Amino acid sequence: MAYSNKVIDHYNNPRNVGTLDKSSNDVGTGLVGAPECGDVMRLQIKVNPDTQVIEEAKFKTFGCGSAIASSSLATEWIKGKKVEDALAIKNTDIVKELSLPPVKIHCSVLAEDAIRAAIGDWKKKHATAEPVAVETAQAKA
Amino acid sequence: MSTTAVATPTNGNAHASVKLPIYMDNHATTPVDPRVVQAMLPYYTEHFGNAASRNHQFGWEAEQAVETAREQIAKLVGATSKEIIFTSGATESDNLAIKGVAEMYREKGNHIITAATEHKAVLDTCKRLEKNGYRVTYLPVGADGLINLEDLKRAIDDKTILVTIMYANNEIGVLQPVAEIGKLCHEKGVLFHTDAVQAIGKVPVNVIKDNIDLMSITAHKLYGPKGVGALYVRRKNPRVQITAQIDGGGHERGMRSGTLNVPNIVGLGKACELAMNEMPEESKRLAYLRDRLKKKLEDNLDEIHINGSMEHRLPGNLNMSFVYVEGESLLMGINDIAVSSGSACTSATLEPSYVLKALGLGDDVAHSSIRFGIGRFNTEAEVDYVAEKLIDTVKKLRELSPLYEMVKEGIDLKKIQWATEGH
Repeated sequence: MAYSNKVIDHYNNPRNVGTLDKSSNDVGTGLVGAPECGDVMRLQIKVNPDTQVIEEAKFKTFGCGSAIASSSLATEWIKGKKVEDALAIKNTDIVKELSLPPVKIHCSVLAEDAIRAAIGDWKKKHATAEPVAVETAQAKA
Repeated sequence: MSTTAVATPTNGNAHASVKLPIYMDNHATTPVDPRVVQAMLPYYTEHFGNAASRNHQFGWEAEQAVETAREQIAKLVGATSKEIIFTSGATESDNLAIKGVAEMYREKGNHIITAATEHKAVLDTCKRLEKNGYRVTYLPVGADGLINLEDLKRAIDDKTILVTIMYANNEIGVLQPVAEIGKLCHEKGVLFHTDAVQAIGKVPVNVIKDNIDLMSITAHKLYGPKGVGALYVRRKNPRVQITAQIDGGGHERGMRSGTLNVPNIVGLGKACELAMNEMPEESKRLAYLRDRLKKKLEDNLDEIHINGSMEHRLPGNLNMSFVYVEGESLLMGINDIAVSSGSACTSATLEPSYVLKALGLGDDVAHSSIRFGIGRFNTEAEVDYVAEKLIDTVKKLRELSPLYEMVKEGIDLKKIQWATEGH
């Protein structure tokens, strides 16, 4: 399979790889996908409580090159955005930017899911008075 | 992949330089040995006759070349030349053997036994027969990839006409206990077919010692041309009959009509002759290279998993899972090396390898697998380059892998409830 130059670039130089402290009140963590499916993405955001701006975004991905590129791109896009604006990112935007073929569209869907899961986790922390250190997927474990 | 470059491994050790890209996928196909090409060339332009032309020299020369090839093939596998039927390749040979026996022995029975890890040319042929009223038993394999002889014994009943079990597996290189399977079949009066394309020329194969009644052979896995193969059909003890699947001029003693592809047949014969002479040396060298690769990977990486028995295995095969790294992304990182992956992403069906799943591997481990096929033209310097590049890439991708991080933190991935629906 031929990859687009942008996918290859993200694969070779992934942006924002890393881990944030998931127990921090300002951090939201999204863990989506499943090992059996060959794709797992973990996307984390650190939100400024005053401005609601995503100041940090980090990811780690187990998956094919397109999955790595989709999540790398997602962190690049949400960084500096307000939470509500980050939620407006659609998987089709990712497909377009990375020129993903039809067989790889699920990678972009997963990246959108990861953004939503991370924001959802952050919102959940702020809906309760007490900070609760949970990850979306692990919470069900 | 059209460009070639010369490179040394990234850490700049004093290895001999290697030419890129490196081909290490010799279970998919092999390059044609230049000596085979030389043997074939005269049969395109000079001795181009039809081997079935009985009344002039052009025909006689072609026929003579075909008979020489038949003898070269027969000699390599312990057969007689009359037992070799030329075909277009192993897929046709498998079809001809299985459908040919099924049709010929229909009155005796309708039951066929095969294994879950067979090549699709066998499995899909069996599935076709199931639609036509035949009954097929698919034997399971153990974690080592081997069938259990007791399972086979239990599966044989009075309606069983054929057992078809491959000699060596194309993904994991595991060698089945063919001689024992054949012995059991003969005791029970059942015919035994084996797809031996991966084994011939790599390990000693002998149709008498191995109790084989029908055997599929192909040229392009043993440094011969694509598009030619053969089927061994035993002529005595027992005399095996098959119903032809292609009708026409009655070539190949009525079992396979069609004008013989003389240059390709000459190539198959020559490839067998070379294998006959060089196998003892070559198999030792391939096993050495394979073990060198395996040791380098094991010494430098944790969480790796060998798929299938190491004891009963082709000398040039290594199939390994690099757990917590997805196979396609691994191939992307080693894109100057040609190998295969059992990952779903590399297959048309988006399903991970059914062979690895049959060993009891989880989908996640199957997704992480790489098949190395070391062959005649691979060098030690290439093996070292592949090992280093692979180690670097696996380490880099594990830095990127949330699963590897979680496992290192002591999290049990199996206890996490993953959202699997829809993917």
